[in-house]
Amino acid sequence: MVTVTIATSIDDACAALDSDPGALVMAGGTDLMVEVNRGTRLVGNVVAVDRVPELRGWSLEGDRSDVLRLGAGTTCADLAEPSLAKLVPALAQAARTVGSPQIRNAATLGGNLATASPAGDTLPVLAALDAEVELRSSAGTRRLPLDEFVVGVKVNALVPGELITAIRVPVLNGPQEFLKVGTRNAMVIAVTSLALVVDRPGRTVRVALGSVAPVPVRAIEAEVLAAERCDFDGMSVPPDEVVERFAILTADAARPIDDHRGSAAYRRHAVSVLARRAIRRAFSGVPSVAA
Amino acid sequence: MTTLEAVSRTAAGPRIGESAPRPDGVPKVTGSFAFSSDLHNDRMLWGGTLRSPHAAARIRGIDVGPALALAGVHAVLTHEDVPGSPTYGLIHRDQPVLASDVVRYEGEPVVVVAADHPDMVRRALAVIEVDWEPTEPLVDPELAADATPIHPDGNVIRRVHLRHGDQTVADRQDLVSVEGTYEVGMQDQAFLGPESGLAVPDGDGGVDLYVATQWLHEDRDQVAACLGLPDDKVRLTLAGVGGAFGAREDLSLHVHLCLLALRTGRPVKMSYGREESFHGHVHRHPARMHYRHLATTEGDLVRVEARLLLDGGAYASSSSAVISNATCFAVGPYRVPSVEVEGVVVRTDNPPCGAMRGFGAVQTCFAHEAQMDRLAVALGMDPVDLRLRNALEPGDRLPTGQVITGTLPVAEVLRACAGHPSAAVGPDDPMARPGGAGRTADIDDVVRGEAVAVGFKNLMFSEGFDDSSSARCVLHRGVATITCACAEVGQGFVTLVHQIVGEVLGVDEVVLAPVATTSIGSAGSTSASRQTWMSGGAVQMACESVRRELLARVAAANDVSVHDLVLVDGRIFSLPGGGSGDDYLSIDLSLDEVTAEPVEADVVHRHAPTLPLDADGQGDAHVSFSVSAHRAIVDVDPDLGLVKVVELTTAQDVGRVLHPLQVLGQLEGGAAQGLGLAVMEEVQVTDGRIRNASFTDYLIPTALDMPPVEIAALIEQPEPGAPFGAKGIGEPPAISSTAAVAGALRDATGLDLPRVPVRPDDICLASGSALDEAD
Ligand SMILES: Cc1cc2nc3c(=O)[nH]c(=O)nc-3n(C[C@H](O)[C@H](O)[C@H](O)COP(=O)(O)OP(=O)(O)OC[C@H]3O[C@@H](n4cnc5c(N)ncnc54)[C@H](O)[C@@H]3O)c2cc1C
Repeated sequence: MVTVTIATSIDDACAALDSDPGALVMAGGTDLMVEVNRGTRLVGNVVAVDRVPELRGWSLEGDRSDVLRLGAGTTCADLAEPSLAKLVPALAQAARTVGSPQIRNAATLGGNLATASPAGDTLPVLAALDAEVELRSSAGTRRLPLDEFVVGVKVNALVPGELITAIRVPVLNGPQEFLKVGTRNAMVIAVTSLALVVDRPGRTVRVALGSVAPVPVRAIEAEVLAAERCDFDGMSVPPDEVVERFAILTADAARPIDDHRGSAAYRRHAVSVLARRAIRRAFSGVPSVAA
Repeated sequence: MTTLEAVSRTAAGPRIGESAPRPDGVPKVTGSFAFSSDLHNDRMLWGGTLRSPHAAARIRGIDVGPALALAGVHAVLTHEDVPGSPTYGLIHRDQPVLASDVVRYEGEPVVVVAADHPDMVRRALAVIEVDWEPTEPLVDPELAADATPIHPDGNVIRRVHLRHGDQTVADRQDLVSVEGTYEVGMQDQAFLGPESGLAVPDGDGGVDLYVATQWLHEDRDQVAACLGLPDDKVRLTLAGVGGAFGAREDLSLHVHLCLLALRTGRPVKMSYGREESFHGHVHRHPARMHYRHLATTEGDLVRVEARLLLDGGAYASSSSAVISNATCFAVGPYRVPSVEVEGVVVRTDNPPCGAMRGFGAVQTCFAHEAQMDRLAVALGMDPVDLRLRNALEPGDRLPTGQVITGTLPVAEVLRACAGHPSAAVGPDDPMARPGGAGRTADIDDVVRGEAVAVGFKNLMFSEGFDDSSSARCVLHRGVATITCACAEVGQGFVTLVHQIVGEVLGVDEVVLAPVATTSIGSAGSTSASRQTWMSGGAVQMACESVRRELLARVAAANDVSVHDLVLVDGRIFSLPGGGSGDDYLSIDLSLDEVTAEPVEADVVHRHAPTLPLDADGQGDAHVSFSVSAHRAIVDVDPDLGLVKVVELTTAQDVGRVLHPLQVLGQLEGGAAQGLGLAVMEEVQVTDGRIRNASFTDYLIPTALDMPPVEIAALIEQPEPGAPFGAKGIGEPPAISSTAAVAGALRDATGLDLPRVPVRPDDICLASGSALDEAD
């Protein structure tokens, strides 16, 4: 007999998981049900968390209200709403590329994160933003930086009985870009993707890549170059040689493989093109100040 | 006012030429239509199939004991349980119902199971032990002909060597020549409703099978042979079909279901999942094609040489007919005095290939149109002018020697399509650029290209096949009941029947009898763009026969001549001055009154006979032809190799429009399928293994990939011999669309792009591309 617990609060969900740590957490079900139908995931007991209001909303935290706390149950459709989109434009852009409208209405940020697929579209953005993951179980709450949460291909740091409750990201002052390459113009798994965020007051550019390594990767050397050479005051487009160097260093961070979705050579090449375009767009002279 | 004017067009019912509502339209859109996967019987068991994980292997032994021992498992059957013919097939019966000593492709069925619940089926399949000895699969079609045969019937399924005209012109030195090698990947029909069926034993040794198929009677013959039963013991009824496109012409789960039902004495249902479906039906043949075109400097084609190699995969299916088509139509709808084509289809350990919309003409159209564009460049000519100059016309000869006696408006479709004003706008909307929702391209990253392509193929079966369709019309109390075994697979035959009955008899109350092998003879296959002509024609004949009999009946009863009677919109009238000499309209009877005693007609409709091809590929092998042209406008992001098809414009030879909306549907759907083949659709096979057996990775166009289809013209030149002059329209849209999109991509990028689907790498990592970079 399979039991399905429909949780209506985080405590509910934690209690249900506490008594049955092997139970499957189900949010939108857009990853889980695919696995169940394919037979790669056995149906066990289920704790459904899609009706937990606390998981759904978002709020601004911190002294200067510059930290955005996103409930794990925030859907991709929610993320693309203008009010959220202006706080974290790249996350909205990434959410907009997920699946189809039907999928985006169900798919959650927590689910995308927990699935920890190299092609999860929100992951590079969260990596570029140095996001922090809030986890809860009946034992208490803990927080992990993103790179300690996503640890391998479809491997995360959740322990049995634990729930993702929220994701925290900084609200940055500066342009953001998310670009995703797929062989179809919508509803496609990323062949490669890139997120770039600019922190003007902090005078940094952070760039992260999806689908080119087991986990989202940051292009640290490219970031160092950008911090040194970009014009954070005037926001003018960097000189061509800087853009080229930035593109090469970004592509160097990629560790792509050949698979049926694309060749490693193509992925590496695409990363360099995306890097070039993203930095040019971000520094196009039109400062887009967030919030 | 004449009598006819006085009485005509009072009826509301659908007539030929109108967009009559589809009887199955609303149920399909609202979800109440029962597809084959919705079949249910309270006592039913679930069936499942154990398939080969290897592309090639010997089977040393099969132990079904552990599966049989499981509670809830009712039958576990192997090849030993097949009582009749161990093999089946559409043209050659070379495919095992269940593999015995060897498997020849990944996914080949080996064992079937029936159990109480799908989960039990899964568990049973998991514990069956097959002692495999994997062997080296033969996966390169180039090597197949000379390799050790992987099947007792050999590795060459068919070779057609067509020679036409003066072969010595091959050596002429005064001609312009262009040469190229082209490749087409393996496309899937990608229907939405996976294979499903329900078999119900009758308790008397026979079985009823409800299944989604394209051709009930052919299935029945093959199933009965494998079961070792006489035909009348195996009865097939059409279940709701969720798309076909050729993939349901071959048997899939049919025999398996019947074996399980007969063994268990219980109804058994099977429903493939998506991944299983990719292994469970045939695909479009991948092709390698080498062409040489020779033309005068003025642009007259003198000779075309082609070598075609199709990969048939492990079993023959309809390969021998596909290669014949590919060969016959290899040069396209052009007048070519000298032709040599060698078409070969071989057997490999790749997934079996067979029928798919366009049937061999899709592959060659991609190649001959690329050649025509190349030739235009070599001649410094406009590519459309070059095509027009060489366009086939009625009265011309095909490379098979056959003279075109019907209509074939090649120049007309080309002119209409090429001359149609474009409504395409620039790539201002970021979503509408290559890369779409992925936000990859800025406006300056995009280049545009345009090309026109034309293609044609035969309608109906060829090469002497005795092709027919049966229909019955019973008119009783004003209600017409039509019986025909034509499989409705989405093409709209169910709508057309109403229109034909309305047109011929003026009857609006039409009942379509269940489509089953027991009710009537074969309607032939819903394929080859043939059902409107063949089964539509049969229904028309049956209705006309009823009409004649009705008039004769009324004439006799009223002592007038049939020539003085007319049937208009469901009433029979006498004409002025006729028979009785009374006032006109002295006879005015409703069909209701006249058919208190039913009037019935049973007919078999045949098209004009065709002949086999001779040793040189010559002969009047085809009935009729249809041509279409497409113009594609594409945007390309050359740095990323991403593509957006901005506009597709088409003109098609339709004979006559019977239902405008259904014509539009076929033209849009076919173009989408052709676009898919051009830029994304491919079953990727490595070492005989399918790598993308899912709709996650087998990509078909979305609304952001498929542009609006502009209809430049529907050329209505009635085809002699065709019912209402209408030609089949289902396949041509899938033929020239691929070639047009590929041509436009070449125009945009300046690359050769000799293979479809064109992958991003082919564009941005092409060797010699100016866009190469050091990274
Ligand atoms: C047609 C289709 C298209 C898609 N396209 C894309 C795409 O373009 N890009 C993309 O990135 N993804 C895509 N996906 C995948 C999927 O939609 C996303 O990963 C989505 O964000 C998953 O969220 P969910 O709420 O549906 O997760 P679920 O399916 O409910 O859960 C997924 C996993 O996360 C766990 N989980 C969920 N919520 C929590 C929580 N709060 N705490 C702990 N564990 C949790 C579940 O136990 C499960 O292991 C697609 C899926 C489909 C079916």
